[in-house]
Amino acid sequence: MNESADNSDIIHAIARDCLGLDGPLMEALVRINQRFGYVPKEAQAILAEVLNVSQADVAGVTGFYSDFRSAPPGSTIVQLCRAEACQAAGVAGVVKEVEAALGCAFGETRGDGAVTLEDAYCFGNCALAPAAMVDGRLIGRVDAKTLTALVKP
Amino acid sequence: MTTVLIAKDSGAKSVGADAVAAAFEAVGADVIRTGSRGLYWLEPMAEIDGVVYGPLTPEDAAGVLADGRKRIGPLADIPEFAQQTRMLFKRVGAMDPTDIDAYRASGGEAGLNAALALPPDAVIQAIADSGLRGRGGAGFPTGIKWRTVADTPEQQKYIVCNADEGDSGTFADRMLMEGDPYLLLEGMAIAGYAVGASKGFIYLRSEYPDAAETLTNAIANAPFLDNELDSGFRFSIELRMGAGAYICGEETALLESLEGKRGLSRAKPPLPAHAGAFGQPTVVNNVLTLAAAPIILAEGAAAHHAFGTGRSRGTMPFQLAGNIKQGGLVEAPFGITLRQLIEGFGGGTRSGRPVRAVQVGGPLGAYFPESLLDTPMDYEAFAAAGGMLGHGGVVVFDDTVDLATQARFAFAFCAHESCGKCTPCRIGAQRGVEVVDKITAGDNVDANFTVLDDLLEVMRDGSLCALGGLTPTPVESALKWFRQDFDKGARQ
Repeated sequence: MNESADNSDIIHAIARDCLGLDGPLMEALVRINQRFGYVPKEAQAILAEVLNVSQADVAGVTGFYSDFRSAPPGSTIVQLCRAEACQAAGVAGVVKEVEAALGCAFGETRGDGAVTLEDAYCFGNCALAPAAMVDGRLIGRVDAKTLTALVKP
Repeated sequence: MTTVLIAKDSGAKSVGADAVAAAFEAVGADVIRTGSRGLYWLEPMAEIDGVVYGPLTPEDAAGVLADGRKRIGPLADIPEFAQQTRMLFKRVGAMDPTDIDAYRASGGEAGLNAALALPPDAVIQAIADSGLRGRGGAGFPTGIKWRTVADTPEQQKYIVCNADEGDSGTFADRMLMEGDPYLLLEGMAIAGYAVGASKGFIYLRSEYPDAAETLTNAIANAPFLDNELDSGFRFSIELRMGAGAYICGEETALLESLEGKRGLSRAKPPLPAHAGAFGQPTVVNNVLTLAAAPIILAEGAAAHHAFGTGRSRGTMPFQLAGNIKQGGLVEAPFGITLRQLIEGFGGGTRSGRPVRAVQVGGPLGAYFPESLLDTPMDYEAFAAAGGMLGHGGVVVFDDTVDLATQARFAFAFCAHESCGKCTPCRIGAQRGVEVVDKITAGDNVDANFTVLDDLLEVMRDGSLCALGGLTPTPVESALKWFRQDFDKGARQ
């Protein structure tokens, strides 16, 4: 079985699991995004069919939320908070350093697929700013060095 | 065996609490993972028989047990903790938040049991008498909201907990959900009983994966959920995750998202209390509002009303953040001043430089200059000073901050997060960025200040919801108190 057929089976199963929920589309997308790290393009047709909504509805909801990536992320996802509390704690300096150290700009995945660098707006760790999240793990008082060290070689 | 309390709170873990806990276990201690006490400058912190040690590294574990290395002192003697009034957060940090028996042993479920012994109307009256107002930011009287939903004739009603704590500088909801999840669930059940709702949703932001795990576990284990209680009342709760949209903290956008749609703000009326989730009457309350209900029911409305000042009653978990020496959570009665929080509890800036600006109430809150630090933390006092108490987040900036940059960011953030439904917000935020850029570049400064003032008025008065409507607040306060930062370009 090719990878796309695999994906389709998984997406079908997630969609069917969500069918009994009130307002299932968002929850289905959350689960698909958790499973794959992004929302594969075949999800649009499958969700529309299983949940009985239009493909435009699915595309609209998928495109609205910044968590729903359209392409697979790098093997490590580094998210740096850029909101006010982290600004006050000097995140601007970390931004430039981390881009240089990781060789990757914000909003991009590095060419070798090792890392995706994203900005984020608040992890609720504002007393230990600047804050970052690496593969879902919260990091406090970050600098470029700690972040770079957490990216798998 | 020595029992050591170490936080499992994601903030504590973000500076190494897991490794410290493992080190204590390795040297034979009995480790209990708790919520955080909110003294984040001491994290990773250990508490042994009421004595605090911190901040710790794994290498300290043996020394802490053997000779009291890194001893701070008894928790009760730490002024930044002892001078707080812990009501909502009394359990947080003191116990394993996943342990339902510990929850019950420390007074858990007393509020729900008290509520179930009363007619629903009396529960609403207790909430109204307590003076509780919505802790999410708007400060709407909770009793009135509950009464409105209770008075609707529909069979199906909902309780929706707004756990989309997106404001920078705020983390009290996160701490409570991670540190005392049953309190929130109990509060939702009380709200459900009071208004006649059998179903609740928690809409949680995706940036809080630890809270999601804790809540999922608590929802599955709470004995008062999914069971018929003494009065015949039955309540269930479903956790739903957001997906990185700040606008979904706005209650109508949240409801759209909960329904599986794009998070677009709705025009009001109808109020969510009349037509909220799935078109049904819905109580939408913040985490801290709902968590206050069990305490009010257990201890009485008067006990809650006794704290605070004016029309701001009870205690508020304030959050000290940004450039602050002792960042963390300070639960105190309304009326404490900003200066007491920043200088007394916070110990000033972390950089050691003078405080120049303080943003209270998140990205849509005003920037206050040093001269306003004696403003009491009270909804009306903040409004009178041109600010907003919001969710109680306090972000401190030292004298290296440039307020024109912060004003530009307020517009840029609004442009980034705008749902796009109304023009003043969608277009205005982008134009705001451009106009601030022109002013700071010295381009036609006077004319562009006029354009900026006009733009702010249009956004404030013409936006559909608080995102576009309140983005002018940080900008106007920056212009009012820190005008010289905008004039720099003009002078060059």
